[in-house]
Amino acid sequence: MVLQQLVNALTLGAIYSLIALGYTLVYGILAMINFAHSEVLMLGAFAALGLATILPAAFGTGALGLGGMFVVSMLGAGLVNVIVERFAYRPLRHISRLAPLISAIGVSIVLQNAVFLWLSTQSLSFPQPVEIKQIPLGGGASVSSLQLVILGAALALMALLHFWVEKTKMGKAMRACADDITTAGLMGINADVVIAVTFFVGGALGGAAGVLYGMNYGSIKYNLGFLPGAKAFTAAVLGGIGNIRGAVLGGFILGGLEVLASGYIPNGAQWRDVIAFTVLILVLLVRPSGLLGEKLAEKV
Amino acid sequence: MSGLLRSRGTAWILIAAALALPFAAHAAEFPYLVRVGGIVGLFMLLGLGLNFTLGYVGLFDLGFIAFYAIGAYTTSIAMKAHVPAPAAILLAIAVTVFARLLLGISILRLRGDYLAVVTMGFGEIARLTINNMDWLTNGPKGMQVRPWRPLAFLAKDPNVQFYLLIVAAVLAGVAATRRLEDSRVGRAWVAIREDEVAARLSGIPVREYKLLAFTLSAVFAGLAGSLFALWEQFVTPESFVFWESVLVVSIVVLGGMGSISGVLLGALILAGVPPLMQATLSAEWINYRYLFFGLILVLVTLFRPQGLLPSSRREAELTS
Repeated sequence: MVLQQLVNALTLGAIYSLIALGYTLVYGILAMINFAHSEVLMLGAFAALGLATILPAAFGTGALGLGGMFVVSMLGAGLVNVIVERFAYRPLRHISRLAPLISAIGVSIVLQNAVFLWLSTQSLSFPQPVEIKQIPLGGGASVSSLQLVILGAALALMALLHFWVEKTKMGKAMRACADDITTAGLMGINADVVIAVTFFVGGALGGAAGVLYGMNYGSIKYNLGFLPGAKAFTAAVLGGIGNIRGAVLGGFILGGLEVLASGYIPNGAQWRDVIAFTVLILVLLVRPSGLLGEKLAEKV
Repeated sequence: MSGLLRSRGTAWILIAAALALPFAAHAAEFPYLVRVGGIVGLFMLLGLGLNFTLGYVGLFDLGFIAFYAIGAYTTSIAMKAHVPAPAAILLAIAVTVFARLLLGISILRLRGDYLAVVTMGFGEIARLTINNMDWLTNGPKGMQVRPWRPLAFLAKDPNVQFYLLIVAAVLAGVAATRRLEDSRVGRAWVAIREDEVAARLSGIPVREYKLLAFTLSAVFAGLAGSLFALWEQFVTPESFVFWESVLVVSIVVLGGMGSISGVLLGALILAGVPPLMQATLSAEWINYRYLFFGLILVLVTLFRPQGLLPSSRREAELTS
């Protein structure tokens, strides 16, 4: 039972972590809540479904299908995020803190309704490129091949992100911009390019999370992004927004909390979101900048 | 332009127009217009309330609709217990203010976006709790509210009665907000928004003033929620979803933070246009209303980032 819960918690936590990374990357560099990230996630899932519908023969099932879905959804979601940044956020970057947020809310509504109007108003079943097998773990617990794929893909992407941020020149430029965007500009870093790349990476992670979400739940809908988006944002804040390791930690904690609440508390499934948000508030009351967040200096 | 809008004459013309709306709706055989007017009025109240927190002090609140919900449900439960309606309204305001005070005491030391996410969390907690506490709130099925007919001597149609009551509430709210804005308290709030450290060093008790603004905003939310419940005679948790909080934030920011006329205009556009489009567009275009709504939000923000009618103080800062 405990082992089974742990497997479920890790799977759910992996998806939340990937989404939370998209919020935290953008926040780290622009101190802005990318409200449209939940729609980027949804578009990623739809891009993968589109590929599987157009090319069922070549990409329907198996490792090739899986890989193709990830590539298409990550490229698509990353590009959407870059375009949104260029036209809806960049003109407002130096004006006020709240203007980009309102613009992001508008973008979110537009994207959701565009899918609602022109693609589908109903749930669509999501293709299953992995053959589902239960692998027993002993003690009555088991892990499905699907859960393994979700965990493996999420961890691989996180490792890739870690490598990119820590070891590449662009990653270094991104860290410099997150530290102090004006000084980074003075050192010859093109902040506009770095921000665009950050949005692409964040969007690509969101798109991948959309595919994992679709595979995990088996169907997708135009409004699927909102709930996991809001929760993953919560997870990012829990870990300390702007902090990459914090987002991953927050995502897994949130996944764990939800599974624990549904598994061990009477009527827990009904109350699990209440419990998750209550824990968030309590954590922030004790640690106002999240678990791994740096203490912000007072504005002087 | 903004000078004209702030003049006393314009204010009287707008009040006259608001009072003439039921006659116009009657003449045009379009009674739905009165309902739209009432909805806009409720969102004007919510916008005026959030303006204290977001506009004057700059505290970012993404869960404001929770207090609208608390006002609405307190009223519904009180009406079920056979409390007279006016007393139910006052009770709703008191409960809402008390809830907001408790939340404010515990979370106001959080800064910026952390405050935003905690208020968002509180909004979801409130909605889900209402949804799950079947014994008190009848859960997702919603609650019937005992009918109440205010201002029966003025109009027969209950929609018109509530419309006039809401207009009166908005006018009272605007008058109270204006008095506060120009007072010592109002100036202290703006000082905190502009520079908290400088305000503290000038002797302003920052914590107390923030809490005051945060709590006062609940008077408006509680009143609006209460009127909503009495008017609709039915409340469900579905009316208090996160998007409604986002809508109120958008009303304040789009209209112009800290500007009363801006908030009123923001509510008129954002709360009035979608139901009007729903009523007037042909069936094939109805589904496009939210797409247009989102586009309006993006375009107005891009071309008027300071808001449609920014407060004169803010406008001076942004253009200098």
